[in-house]
Amino acid sequence: MPYELDRRSFVRCALASGAALSVCEFARPIVATPFWAGPQKRDDSRFTVEAKFYQKLQNKKIKCKLCPRECTVGDRERGYCGVRENRGGTYYTLVHSRVCAAHIDPIEKKPLFHYLPGTLAFSLATAGCNVNCKFCQNWDISQVRPEQVPADYAPPKLVAELAKQHGCPTIAYTYSEPVIFSEYLMDTADAGHEAGVRSVVVSNGYMQEESLKTAYGKMDAVKIDLKAFSETYYKDVVVGELKPVLDSLVTLRKMNKWNEIVYLVVPTLNDSDAEFRGLARWIKSNLGVDVPLHFTQFHPEYLLKNLPITPVPTLERAKAIADAEGLHYVYIGNVPGHPAQNTYCPKCRHMLVERVGLTATQMLIRKGSCPFCRQPIPGIWHA
Amino acid sequence: MRLLAAEEQGASLAKSRVVIARDAMLRGAGTTVDSRRMLSLLDRAMQALFDRDNPIEAWKKLVGPGEAVGLKVNALGGRGFSSNLQLVEAICQRLLEAGIKADDIVVWDRDSDELEHAGFHVSTGGNRVQCFGTDRVDYEQELVTHGSVGSRLSKILTQRCNVLINVPVLKDHDGAGVSIALKNMYGVIHNPNKYHPNGCNPYIADLNMLPGIRTKMRLTICDATTASYEGGPGYKPEYSWKNNALIISQDPVALDYTGWQIIERKRAEKGLKTLEGEGRAPRYIATAADAQHRLGTNDPKRIAVVDV
Repeated sequence: MPYELDRRSFVRCALASGAALSVCEFARPIVATPFWAGPQKRDDSRFTVEAKFYQKLQNKKIKCKLCPRECTVGDRERGYCGVRENRGGTYYTLVHSRVCAAHIDPIEKKPLFHYLPGTLAFSLATAGCNVNCKFCQNWDISQVRPEQVPADYAPPKLVAELAKQHGCPTIAYTYSEPVIFSEYLMDTADAGHEAGVRSVVVSNGYMQEESLKTAYGKMDAVKIDLKAFSETYYKDVVVGELKPVLDSLVTLRKMNKWNEIVYLVVPTLNDSDAEFRGLARWIKSNLGVDVPLHFTQFHPEYLLKNLPITPVPTLERAKAIADAEGLHYVYIGNVPGHPAQNTYCPKCRHMLVERVGLTATQMLIRKGSCPFCRQPIPGIWHA
Repeated sequence: MRLLAAEEQGASLAKSRVVIARDAMLRGAGTTVDSRRMLSLLDRAMQALFDRDNPIEAWKKLVGPGEAVGLKVNALGGRGFSSNLQLVEAICQRLLEAGIKADDIVVWDRDSDELEHAGFHVSTGGNRVQCFGTDRVDYEQELVTHGSVGSRLSKILTQRCNVLINVPVLKDHDGAGVSIALKNMYGVIHNPNKYHPNGCNPYIADLNMLPGIRTKMRLTICDATTASYEGGPGYKPEYSWKNNALIISQDPVALDYTGWQIIERKRAEKGLKTLEGEGRAPRYIATAADAQHRLGTNDPKRIAVVDV
């Protein structure tokens, strides 16, 4: 029998893991259940809900329409993500309310720098992912099947209630890949909004347009990991495609969703001047100069242990190129204490938000503008 | 120079043996496989493969006392299309007679519920043959890698057995083309769902290169009593046939190549396109045989198919 988490235990675990947070953005989440005894039962009806975004085919097969992969899945088989299963011609998600990691994080950890700075996000994940990045820092929850990791039953209303109780204005869907738990994300966002709690998602953006609009339409902010600016990298390192992610960014722009972009700089693989320049120009042309762009430091993990940590000068070179192309808010991440973690007014260059580690220590923006020159600073600054 | 020439000649003569044993009366007049006939069929196959007059002697060429043997079955197809129970019983009987202790034999796949669904009785502890899924013991925490593959191995493989006997089913596969010996190793790892793109190529070959698999694999006994030529990997009675055969070999690539040809012949008989014509030829077989893998041969000139 899977361990059934009572409310008190869930709170204790979430708080404990939050308290244990490292100052590093790349800190691995701590699994929420402290006294798990072994693998879970494969079938647990509490977590099994008919999936959205699929099409029934002949011979009890289905075609998943959640992400561009469009897995054709036979009876009793699962898709690439490993968390959606065909049972007799009906496709089910196996991870609804099945939380394998829960923390209370600073919103800056997502990172979202222009969204309610200095606040906390009740952050959670289920198992599974629709890509297989060779550098994944959370592969032990993202690259597994749901029954292979300890998890707790956390229905949407409980999550919303806990977020509110613990002073989190936001629920964040993060750590693994929320695309693959879209049904749970949508239901939890609805429950959160009913309780006055917002939702944000940290995602790879590798989705179909319809699922993106439906699921992320319920989000208050979206952070997209744009993992490189080349199809080759996406094919070889991510096991995905670049173009659908760029399409998602454009769609989010049209949906008027607050969006920030993270680009993990991996030495020798996606760190050329040409790629940084191409990325910055694409963002400027398609999304505008006000989208925050975070160049973050790679640490050797999972299948890419042979490469070194990204040198800070490489990150500074990336930022300099993006700045020169005219982007207004270019940050350097995973380097605690670096001045490029702060927000500066693009007009008068005054520092407006100071960050130390993952904490916003000074916040000078008033009514969405620079107090020194009145320049509007895009973002969602106050609840 | 003469010595070199002799070696070359020897190499050219070395062929991978694939034994196909058939019994048209395997099910008698009914639909259930007869246990005694299955044992006899297995004996014929093993004696032919190891060139022995006595079945126990053939098994003793493969295993010895003190060894722990894992039978990696395929239980995904439920009762209709999983590794045949009578076949697994026959293998266990001969292993016992070859000197393997009962509790040193483990029949396994990834999930105990799937084993039960396929008709196996989950059994742990005591002085008897063990049968359970990886769900009972979990996967190793350590990630092992080769080429495109990075996975955690079942603790049954890493901790419970030093000899692996692969007992797959002969079947069509919508992604890989066919699923026989090499593909059955997807049930050994925690993340098989990640290795289905591109016709499972090169994933199947890379997976079988993992030392934890390659160094323990000694024999494949493919259950071809019921086989499928279309609609796989799930069981579709309308696309399966009673083939009443076993295919065994110590070369999994040669076995997969031979099984593929059997499926192609059945497809032709049924008026279906070849797998190549459908754009899903099992390219992983050639990859498994290439210079980077050398898991066996896919060259028909170097495969000796023995019908018994």
